[in-house]
Amino acid sequence: MFVPSPIQRTPDGDFRLQLSEGERELLASLPAELTALIEADRADPGLRRLFPPAYEKDEESEDEYRRLMHEELLAGRREALQVLAETARSERLSVEQLDAWLRALTDLRLALGTRLEVTEETYDQEIDPGHPQAFELSVFAYLSWLQEQAVAAAMPDESL
Amino acid sequence: MPSVPPAPAEVELEQPVEVDEIEHDRPWIVIVWNDPINLMSYVTLVFQKLFGYSREKATELMLQVHNDGKAIVSGGSREKAEHDVARLHSHGLWATMRQD
Repeated sequence: MFVPSPIQRTPDGDFRLQLSEGERELLASLPAELTALIEADRADPGLRRLFPPAYEKDEESEDEYRRLMHEELLAGRREALQVLAETARSERLSVEQLDAWLRALTDLRLALGTRLEVTEETYDQEIDPGHPQAFELSVFAYLSWLQEQAVAAAMPDESL
Repeated sequence: MPSVPPAPAEVELEQPVEVDEIEHDRPWIVIVWNDPINLMSYVTLVFQKLFGYSREKATELMLQVHNDGKAIVSGGSREKAEHDVARLHSHGLWATMRQD
């Protein structure tokens, strides 16, 4: 069955959003959960993929990089997550808003995927409803699908 | 209150300065590592957006990350490499830098 993409580029250059009430509900509520996590404890091992080291074997340079960049990276994440929450019920997204969606969806998937210990095989596996993390796995699968649609909509057209 | 380390003895000054200059000249490279969460399409899009690469070049680099576990995506001065790493980090990619 052909399922039309929920995120479509319009002739005006913005993007039309066609999502169910349940999807919008989820997208409006998840960002606050992650924002609370990243503000509570930046050293949380579950968040390590959101703040990877720039220098792997040079502690001094790494400390300096964190000192210079951490607040800016944190602010960027907070802002993108806020855009997602605030526009989850919109009918249309601007180019900038879709860009924020892409980054926010990435952060949500990185945090959730790290907690779920996702591997390349996770994507091909059916979710067992009896799995203790069945709900989180479904949310992860949904966010992965939605991000794929968002990337397809955002991808610059090479033929232009 | 933190303590200030004592100044190094005069005789030690010559050598480290020279080493520093040589170190400074060697270019830095930015490496993106494979991870099981970021989508292949998203990584391609980020390479296009951040570095202005064509779809073809961005796809080639993404496949190198996917198949070989890592790829060198940019490089140059330390400042440029650090700037690129920070931009990749802001997009959720696993990027590191080192001197070539």
